[in-house]
Order: sequence, then C-alpha cells, then structure tokens
Amino acid sequence: MNAFYLPQASTQAQAEDRIFLTLLVLSGAVLLLVLALVVGFSIRYRAGSKARRGPLPAWVSHEVEIGWTVATLFLFLFLFWWTISAQLRLQIPPANAFEIHVVAKQWMWKVQQPSGVREIDTLHAPAGIPVKLVMTSQDVIHSFAVPAFRLKQDVLPGRYTEMSFQATQPGTYQLFCDQYCGLDHSRMTGQVVILSPADYARWVAAQPEGDSLAAQGEAIFASSGCGGCHGQGAAVHAPPLEDLYGSDVPLAGGGFVRADEGYIRDAILQPRKNIPAGYEPVMPSFQGALSEDQLVPLVAYIKSLKAKP
Amino acid sequence: MRDTETPQAAPETPKPAKPSYLADGHTVASWIFTTDHKRIAILYALSITVFFFIGGAAATLIRIQLFTPHNTFLTAGQYNRLFTLHGVVMVWFFLVPSIPTTLGNFLLPLMIGAKDVALPKINLLSWWLYLGGAVLTIVCLVCGGVDTGWTFYTPYSTLYSNSCVLLAAAGVFVVGFSSILTGVNFIATTHMLRAPGMTWFRLPLFVWAIYATSIVMVLATPVLAMSLLLVMAERVFGLPVFDPRFGGDPLLFQHLFWFYSHPAVYIMVLPAMGVISEVIASEARRRVFGYQAMVYAMVSIAIIGFMVWGHHMFVSGQSPYASVVFSFLSFIVAVPSAIKVFNWTATLYRGQIRFAAPMLYALGFLGLFTVGGLTGLFLAVVPIDVAVHDTYFVIAHFHYIMVGGTVSAFFAGLHYWWPKITGRLYPEWWAKFAAIGMFLGFNFTFFPQFILGYLGMPRRYHQYPAQFQIWNVLSSSGAVVLAAAYLLPLVYLMWSLFAGRRANANPWDATGLEWTTASPPIRDNFETPPRVETAPYDYHDPDIGPTQPNQPPRQPQAAE
Amino acid sequence: MSQSAQLLHEPWPDRPRETEGYVFAMWIFLATEVLFFGALMAFYAVNRWAHPAAVKQAAAHSDFWFGTINTAILLTSSLTIATADRALEHGLPRLARVALWLTLAFGLAFLLTKGFEYRKDLEDHLWPGPNFALVAIGARPFWGFYWIATAVHAVHVTIGLGLIVRLIILSHRRMLRPRQASMTVTTLYWHFVDVVWVVLYALLYLVGRA
Repeated sequence: MNAFYLPQASTQAQAEDRIFLTLLVLSGAVLLLVLALVVGFSIRYRAGSKARRGPLPAWVSHEVEIGWTVATLFLFLFLFWWTISAQLRLQIPPANAFEIHVVAKQWMWKVQQPSGVREIDTLHAPAGIPVKLVMTSQDVIHSFAVPAFRLKQDVLPGRYTEMSFQATQPGTYQLFCDQYCGLDHSRMTGQVVILSPADYARWVAAQPEGDSLAAQGEAIFASSGCGGCHGQGAAVHAPPLEDLYGSDVPLAGGGFVRADEGYIRDAILQPRKNIPAGYEPVMPSFQGALSEDQLVPLVAYIKSLKAKP
Repeated sequence: MRDTETPQAAPETPKPAKPSYLADGHTVASWIFTTDHKRIAILYALSITVFFFIGGAAATLIRIQLFTPHNTFLTAGQYNRLFTLHGVVMVWFFLVPSIPTTLGNFLLPLMIGAKDVALPKINLLSWWLYLGGAVLTIVCLVCGGVDTGWTFYTPYSTLYSNSCVLLAAAGVFVVGFSSILTGVNFIATTHMLRAPGMTWFRLPLFVWAIYATSIVMVLATPVLAMSLLLVMAERVFGLPVFDPRFGGDPLLFQHLFWFYSHPAVYIMVLPAMGVISEVIASEARRRVFGYQAMVYAMVSIAIIGFMVWGHHMFVSGQSPYASVVFSFLSFIVAVPSAIKVFNWTATLYRGQIRFAAPMLYALGFLGLFTVGGLTGLFLAVVPIDVAVHDTYFVIAHFHYIMVGGTVSAFFAGLHYWWPKITGRLYPEWWAKFAAIGMFLGFNFTFFPQFILGYLGMPRRYHQYPAQFQIWNVLSSSGAVVLAAAYLLPLVYLMWSLFAGRRANANPWDATGLEWTTASPPIRDNFETPPRVETAPYDYHDPDIGPTQPNQPPRQPQAAE
Repeated sequence: MSQSAQLLHEPWPDRPRETEGYVFAMWIFLATEVLFFGALMAFYAVNRWAHPAAVKQAAAHSDFWFGTINTAILLTSSLTIATADRALEHGLPRLARVALWLTLAFGLAFLLTKGFEYRKDLEDHLWPGPNFALVAIGARPFWGFYWIATAVHAVHVTIGLGLIVRLIILSHRRMLRPRQASMTVTTLYWHFVDVVWVVLYALLYLVGRA
C-alpha cells in the first residue's frame, strides 16, 4: 500500500480502470479546450486590444450552438451506452460462484466461509474464480468496500445484498466500511486475503476442525424445531424444503417468486409475506428468535437440501 | 478616459430626493421588522455570514485532525459531530440560502422593475423562520451536537445515534419552510410584478436563474421536510417507519432524502449560474452568447434535476435497472450545464474584456465548475461510481461544484453588486488578491482529494491508513490558504463600508434596471416606475460589436 | 376610495392585481403541500407494496364510522366555506359570516371526532409501541402512517381554522369585502385540506374493507 499506487486486483478493477482512463483523457481534453479558449479570448480580447471586434460572423450563432449541443449529447449517449453495457456484463454473477457470507455490525465484519470457518475483519477468498459475497447487517447500514477491486456494496439490515468479484492476483487488500455507521466508523476496517485456489484449500484445511456451514445450519434446524413441520413424516402440512433453492415458488396470491437467499430468509422471519400456494399460513415468525449469525448457516443448510433421487 | 479596470467613482452624483433604503429608519425594529426586500437581504447576508464562519471553523478543525493519520487531536465522537455540523450548516444555513436570499432578495425586484417582492410580509417571515431554525441548530450544538452526517441516514439516525438528532432535524425542517416561502414569493414576484415591457425573454439571466431555483425550492423542499418529519416520528415517538425489524424500508429514507438533496444541488448552483452570466456579460462588454439557449438550459436543469436522485444510490442496494435509468438521466442533465460553460466562453469572444475582481471570481468559477461538472460525469458512470462512491472523490467533486462554483459566484456577485447595495466601492486590489487566493487555495485543498478518493480513502473517517497521509497534508495546507482568502473579504468589505469611495448609480456601465436607480436605492427602488423597451445585455449594436473599450451600453434599458 | 388605498399593500399597482397575486402564490404553496403529502404517500405505497396482506389486515382495524362521519363533516365544511366565498362576492356579507361560523363549527367538530377516535384507537392498542395489538410484519408501519398522517392533517386543519377565525374577525369588523384575497386564499387552502382527507379516508378506512 503506497501513496501513489492502487493495485488492480480484480477483473472488475481492470474494466473500471479502462473506463476511468478513457474518461480522464476525454475530460482532460475538454477541460484544456475550455481553459485554452478562456485564456486565449481573455488575452486577445482584453479591453483596448487591437484585435478585430465587429459582429459575430454569420455562421457562429445558431449553427455553433446547435452543433455543440448535439455533439455533447451524442458524446454523452455514447459514454452512457459503453459504460452501462460494461457494468451489466460485470454485475451478473455466474451461477456457480463461490459463496461467502458476511454479517456486518457496529464496528466489525463477521465472515462465514462455506467450510464453516468463521473470521472477523478478515476475508479469505480464492483467486481466479468468481466469488459471491452474500451480506447483511445486524444494526445500521454499512458498506463493504475493497478499493483494490474497485468494488463496494452497501450492507443493509433486514435484507441480503450481494457483491461479486473475481480476484486476479493473490495478495492482501484493504477492506473499508464506506458508509458512515457511527462512532468507530473509521475503525471498521479489515483485509481481504486472496490466495491461489491451492493455498486457499490448504488454508481451510489448516483451520481447527469444525462443521461446514450447512452442517452448523442442520444443528440450528433441529434445535429450532423446524423439522417438526418441515421434516419427514411431520403431521403438519408444510412445504418441503428439498430443491427449494433456485426454484420458482407458486404463491397463494398468484404469481411466482424465485427462491433465492432473500426469499428463504424472509420465509423464516416473515412467513406471512409470501405464502406458497396450497399451504395454510400457520408458520410462526422467527424474528428475534434467530440472530443474523444463526440465519446464515440455516439458510445455507436449506439451500443445500436436495431431493433424494 | 476611464480607468480600464477600476469601477468609476463619481462624486457628482446628484443626491436623490428620497433617503436611501439604508437611511430610511435607524432603529433595530426598523431592521428586524422591515418588509423592505433590500433590508431583508441585508439581514440574511449577516445571518449567513455567521453560519459560513461557523461551518468554516468546523472545516478547519476537520482539516487539522486529518493532518496526520492517527491524530488524537479530536476524539471520534467529536470528529463525527464536527463533520455533521459542517455539512448541516454549510448546506442548509449557508449554501441553499446564500445567493437567493441575499442577492436574489435584493436584486429580483430591482431587476424586474418592481417596488418589492410580491409578499413582503411573507418575505420577513422567511427570515424569521430561518432565524428559528438557526436557533434550534445552535441549541443542538450546545446540547452536544449531532453525529449522523448531514444525510441523516436511517436506521442510524432513528435507532442508533446517541446525539441530538431531533433538534438538528427540527432546525433543518424549519429552515426548509423558510426556503419554501422564499420560493413561493419569488415565483409570484416574477410572474406578477414585472415592469411594463419586461417580457419573459427580456429578463436578465439572473432573474431566470432565481426563478428556476424557486421552482426547485417549492417542489423539492417539502419532500425533505416530510422525510425529516418521519425521522423525528420514528426517533421520538417510536412510530416504525424505516425500521427493518417491523417491515420498514431504510432505503425509502434515502430515496426521499435524495429526491430533495439532488435538486438542492441545483438550488445552490443555478443562482450561481445567473450571477456569472451577469458578471461575464458586463465585464466582456458583450451580449450573452445564446441568451435563449441559456434560459432553456437553466429551466431544463431544474426539471431534469428532479429525475436523477438515484445516482446517489448506485451501491445502496437499489435495483440495478434503476441504476441504468438514473445513470442515463444523469448524463442528460449534464448536457445543459455543458452548454452553459460553452456559452460563457463564447461570450468572451470579440469582447472588450475587463478584469475587475468580480470577473476574476467569475473566471475562477468557470474553471472550477468545469472540473466539478466533468468529475460529475465520472460519478454518473456506474462502474466508476461503484469504485469511488463514499470516498474523497465524491467529496472533492461536490466541493468543486458547491464551493468552487457557488461560493466563487457568491463572491463574484457580492463584489459586483456591492456598490449598488452599500453605495461604496471596495478596494479593488485587495479584492483581486482574495479572488486569486481563493482560486489557488481551493485547488490546493480539493484537488488532492480526487486522488485520495481514487486511491480509496473513505469519507467521514476520523483516522485513516498511513498511505493516505501525503495527500491529506497537501489538502490541509491548501485549506490554510483558502481560509485566509475567505477572511480577507470580510476585512476589506467592512473597511469599505466606512472608508470606501462612494459609488455612482452605475459604476460598471452595466445594463439592467438595477443600475438605473441610485446606489444605494431608495425605499421604493425607483423614483418613477420603469418601462422596458430593449433586449437585455444591450452592450453594443449587434451589427457592429463593442468597438471601444468601456463603451457604455447602447441606451438605457429603461426609459423613464 | 381612501379605504381601499389603505388596504392596498406596497408592491401592488391595484387591488385586482393584488388579489390575483395572492391567489397565484397560494396555488404555488399548494403545489408544495402536494409534494409534502406526496412523500408521506410514498411511505404508504412502499409499505403496502412490500406487505400487501398485512396492510389490508391492519387497515381493517381502523374505525370505519369515525372516519366516515369525519369525511362527511369535512365535505360539508367545504360546502359552507364555498358558500361564504360566493356570498361575499355577491354582496351578502351576513350570509358569508354565518357560513364562516358554520365552517368553524364543522372544523372543530372534525377535530373533536378525531380526538374520540384517537382515544378509541389507544384503547384498542393500535399505537405501534410495545403493546401493539397486531403481529403481522407491515402492520406497524401502516399504523405508524395512520398516526403521522392524521396528526399532520390535523395540524393543517388547525391552521385552516386559524385562518377562518381571522376571516370571522375581519367580517365582524366589516373589513371583509368582495373579491378579497384572504377569503379566496383561505377557501383554497381549506379545500386542499379537505381533498387530502378524502385521500387519507380511502387509504386508511376503505382499504381493509374492499
């Protein structure tokens, strides 16, 4: 980390820097043009100078006005089209992205790896493959920002937000909270450690033995009594959870909803929000009963459930 | 032959039959209960000056704290309160009212040939409301301040902050109504009280700017008022509005807040554009290039400005498709601003340019506003915004617009109309010195912040990683120059009130009705109601151009 | 003549122009008010969009009869103030005064009814605090909206009543004359307050009962 150079450590950073540089050159040219004209006119047409005054040449008034309006407009439209298409390409995460969960709170980052490893203010991730962070906050709004990746995403209480990146080179990069979150906002920093996939696997293996995230979720599933209704052979008519993740759930009120992390989370905390077709709204809310830290493995467990072939 | 640069002192000005507005009553009550728009403008000028220096003091402390990375000069709590104070005071108690309530109040009736604004008592009420809001804010400050940032983001402001959010929000709420009433007043004035012959396309661009600003004030400010009311309701009465635990949406606050606060940027910058148009035309001795295009540009900025608020929320978790639309509209709103810059530049072409202090401020505005506008384009681009959002890049960008732009223009206007307002001339060389100091100090302070932002330094950080130090040191050093340049006008303008030479009615040989009446004007503005018969900025015959330096306008705009 | 010159305020060249100006300014101010309530409606819309079922359910707990009676009262008061405006224009100052008194009475009746309704709501634990009666997520923001919206509206009614009292005083002093700005301006404002209530009535009392 030095004062003049910011590493370019993700594919997003490469794309962003390309756009940034282009814009820098373009706007530098425009700025120089304006300054040159202002300074040039100021000298040439200073009061009492010998330069010719007279009326504006006939071609100047309307054509020039229309000309530069249209030119500006088209330049801007081109820039918009170019940058937004780059953005839309970048933000769609591949379906097989490696998922890491992040829970923010005043003033720390809690990370839960799919292997079950928990970290605080440090996030280890493999290089070269798409990684998707699924994030939520326990209190106020935070923002997960990694300048070396040129990425940030606000982290909100009560919902999941996602941020996808593909790191290009192993290394340790600074992590900041970019959304003001109270007293120690400036201490809510950390680091993102990018390892080669092999090193990442070694790092996971070196951690103290523990259950994977989904296995931890299974324990919470059992202790919270979810199986009483959703389990095999339960007396209550409750929707099966196998193969739920990623499916389109038909709703009692008509229409469908895609069962993503946010849907599963809402279904646990706000069961009345989206009632699946064919079921009674009898599930109690687990709002307050489960913390964000418990929800993450629970959702991971439900996502992992597959129907037996 | 006139001196090429210094405005002319004319001792032979005939004494007007009636006393000037300054001499028309000397009691305190004759000031604080006045309905004279000119006196109200002075009241506002005094109040916003106080707040400018309160906000400036906070900025000074912030820059001292950031001089070293792990400075303990301020605690985190103090630092958070100071940047909040700086933002709240500078935005709502200085920038939003700055040009409209001082120069706007003073000049709008004069420029359209009216005796006063449409609702003089409401105008006075606006000032009292401003004062009420100011008192609430001062009380808030005394009670320990507020630490939410000027943006009051929920749920921090409603559920987590342990500071005087209520008082601060109430202060801003009240001052919002002051702003609304001013807007209503100015719109009614512009519609109803134009002098005979003052058609819409004969209005000076400053009047158009104030008119466009007023529309934004009237339509945007109530949304801020309601969103602050909701914050207060949630915080004080526990009524769940934004609380996600009960199904509330914290992003709703951001939408409502920016629905006001983005147009508020135009509340700050449109009047500045008006001032610059007047000063550049007068100092270049030329008709404004593309007058009608300038008018349409300002009106379209005011309208499109309402539809771009979402570009403050690209990383907030709003729909990515919403971001596409907001990015597009942000590019579109930049077009009229670019047109204005080109037109100002073209106005210089074939002029007889003088470089009095107001012109130096105006040229400074042109440079700084261009940089601010171009970096605004960067932020309209989603991938770049994702990288630099909430970093010092954004801080630098909006300071270029709001301080480099609006404050430069405010000083340009203040100097340009100072002889009209006070009847005195300020010392020209001091003013030029301050103008150049402000331009240099400003760039010195804020340009390093672009680099800081690009390198990733987050905003609102009390302490920061050591690699950012060099840029912060540069910025803090520049702030010293800037602070000195801001203090200078306070001194020499004060001095001019007592010892400045007396000004004649039209020291700049400028067009516009305000220059046809005495300096300072009488209570009723004009001895006889003016009538307008010519186009604005009639500095020269359009078929000949300004052939002589300091050529007086072709004919007085008003035939009395 | 001398009296009308006295009533003429500073910047205006003549009386009709002055009235026109004040009425125009009031329309602009009402545009502000529309946006003020508009932001509140945005809150309602977002909550209802997020929790459609919960909002319907929560809205069923509002008191239909109090709401309906108040709607009737306020609509009638709009009629009486319109009568006052027209009566004044047609040179019937006594009728105008009676109509103004009636408007005042209806306005007070509205506030009184609202007060009774508030008491009943509190008894039913409909204040979204610790003892809130409803559990569904989204019910609390709905009732938050109820209290904020009706309170803000009640403040507007109170301001309107202040303006009406001022007109009544002017009328007793025989200073209220045809085409006077303050009469028209007050009427406009009162109608606006009425329109807001009609919208609130639909949002708060009819939604749960469709």
